[in-house]
Amino acid sequence: MTELGTAFDFDAESPILVMEALCKNYQLGSVQLRVLREIDLTINSGEYVAIMGPSGSGKSTLLNMIGCLDRPSSGEYLLGGQSVADLDDDELSMIRGARIGFVFQSFNLIAQLNVVENIEIPMYYQGWSERDSEERARELATMVGLGDRVDHRPSELSGGQQQRVALARALSNDPLIILADEPTGNLDSQSGADILEILDRLHGEGKTLIVVTHDENIATCAERVIRLFDGRIAQEEFNKER
Amino acid sequence: MVFFRLKRTVKLGVKSLWMHRLRSTLTALGIIFGVSSVIAMLAIGEGASRDAQEKIAQLGSKNIIIKTAEPPEDQSAVGQQQTLREYGLTYADAERFQNGIPDVQVIVPNRRISQQALYRNHRVAIEVIGTVPWYPEISNTRVKFGRFLGSTDMHYKQGVCVVDERVVKELFAFDDPLGQDVKIASDYYRVVGVAAEAIQAKGGENLEAKDATGAEKAAGANVGGIYVPLTTVKERFGEMSLQITAGSGGTLERIELQEIIVQVRSINMVLGTRRSIETLLSRFHKKNDYEIVVPLELMRQARDFQRIFTIVLGSIAAISLLVGGIGIMNIMMATVSERTREIGIRRALGAKKRDIIFQFLSETLLLTLSGGVLGIALGSAVPLLVTHFGQMRTVITTSSLLLAFGISAAVGITFGLYPAYRAANMDPIESLRHE
Ligand SMILES: Nc1ncnc2c1ncn2[C@@H]1O[C@H](COP(=O)(O)OP(=O)(O)O)[C@@H](O)[C@H]1O
Ligand SMILES: [Mg+2]
Repeated sequence: MTELGTAFDFDAESPILVMEALCKNYQLGSVQLRVLREIDLTINSGEYVAIMGPSGSGKSTLLNMIGCLDRPSSGEYLLGGQSVADLDDDELSMIRGARIGFVFQSFNLIAQLNVVENIEIPMYYQGWSERDSEERARELATMVGLGDRVDHRPSELSGGQQQRVALARALSNDPLIILADEPTGNLDSQSGADILEILDRLHGEGKTLIVVTHDENIATCAERVIRLFDGRIAQEEFNKER
Repeated sequence: MVFFRLKRTVKLGVKSLWMHRLRSTLTALGIIFGVSSVIAMLAIGEGASRDAQEKIAQLGSKNIIIKTAEPPEDQSAVGQQQTLREYGLTYADAERFQNGIPDVQVIVPNRRISQQALYRNHRVAIEVIGTVPWYPEISNTRVKFGRFLGSTDMHYKQGVCVVDERVVKELFAFDDPLGQDVKIASDYYRVVGVAAEAIQAKGGENLEAKDATGAEKAAGANVGGIYVPLTTVKERFGEMSLQITAGSGGTLERIELQEIIVQVRSINMVLGTRRSIETLLSRFHKKNDYEIVVPLELMRQARDFQRIFTIVLGSIAAISLLVGGIGIMNIMMATVSERTREIGIRRALGAKKRDIIFQFLSETLLLTLSGGVLGIALGSAVPLLVTHFGQMRTVITTSSLLLAFGISAAVGITFGLYPAYRAANMDPIESLRHE
């Protein structure tokens, strides 16, 4: 974590992320595919944001952009006041590892590693000691209700359990933003509800959550719902009751 | 930091390799066989080379051996039933070497005759070697029991002999040979000593343990040599020897000496003296009835041969390891593309490019180094078996082990780098989307 200091400093007062006229294009042969068009978006610390929209509207692309897996084709993206376009590959890796927790639709656990080892991955790349990271991984496994499954392989777990491991993994570095791309998309409704409950709890603890979803249940949990259509923000609504 | 990383990376690598046990084993086999064949071949090569070097060294590096050779057949003699052929080295030659060439320190004239030796009711084919008392010293032949022939034996043309170990084994079985009488032709000879088996220089650069040589080749293999004073041999056997040739009946041959060993004062005089001997001999021997063997030259030739041998072995080894390396690279490419998703996940969770390179490179290294270690084990076992069952000398040198280990590490790095580099440079988003 100390390595990050010079490369990336968050200013608690300013918004966590600011996007201005952000575009993402893909060149397919002679055709230019405009996947994100002129996105203007500001998200504050501690917000719970749902991103919705039809398939192919650019939700995952936007989320990857936020998670520094991708760079914009044009426009500004400031993460904690720092322009992402200026960062090199190593610095982007560092930010992903230290400040961002990813949760994917298809869980994306590593098959040859057990629960604890999977949760340890982000800490491993941040240079945690073996003992510290193992201890924290066990705590997190217990927190998501898998304290008795720490040495199981992903193939020995149900979908819901795997997604809970993925959530624990996303939390391991104590990230500022948790990004989830359709986290309940592959789950039955009960497992989905478990995940939602954990997300809710994290929101209560002050985490910033950005969740891509088709699930109206999540949308009702979130404070803000952003609807994408054809690469543009078509609608933005705030759930007053939260 | 690096060390602590290393430990965990190795752990991770072992896990990934263990997950595909069969594939990892098959991949490592390429290296195992490559490395073990390098070690085995080098061990066999080294053994053969040391054997040759030692045999040559035993001939004496300060010696020049001049041997009687059968001259090319006279046209007139062909087809005749009986002929007397007179050729070869003479006592006069020995005298000329001794007195006419300044750097010569000592000479040993030898007369060799194929005969049969009789002891009790054992009869074996042997070679009578008429020689001088200083023969053992010059030819590096060790006297194991008793004594060698002495100057008194020479002077009085005594009927004594020294038998070599092989003769002892064949002729005396369990008896102590010392003091026994052996019958050769019509005379008895008292055994005064036992000599170690001798190495003989043959023409044409061949080196073999004692074998039928020179004019006696038609007599077939003998079991060993019996040394008798040269003076005694001259008196009792005369200077004629009858040679029975297979097709054309018998040929009488008159040969005074089969061999003259010349020892010079120091090694750097060998080649010069050889030239003087050649000049001298060519003046007195119009027939081409001698050949000259120079152990020093043989040693050089053996060394050159060893160098070529090593280069050939090295190339074979390089090729087999190259094949092994390509196998490894192939598997690592497959592994990388199979684990594209894992790479994407790791990148998303904060792995830098160099972390991915490190991971895959250490996996490859783990594979090749464990293959290397197993290869060293197998490669050290093979020479032992070869020595045990093939009766061949083998020598495993430390440098060959280090070489093999170094090569397997180099193969790991060389052929692991590209797949690792490919893995690290995959686009994280693409990788995550990979099925
Ligand atoms: N690497 C790429 N190359 C070309 N087109 C892409 C690439 N990634 C995404 N797209 C296109 O961008 C559009 C948006 O994709 P995505 O963000 O995954 O949509 P969503 O997640 O909303 O379903 C799709 O039409 C998709 O085909
Ligand atoms: Mg998507």
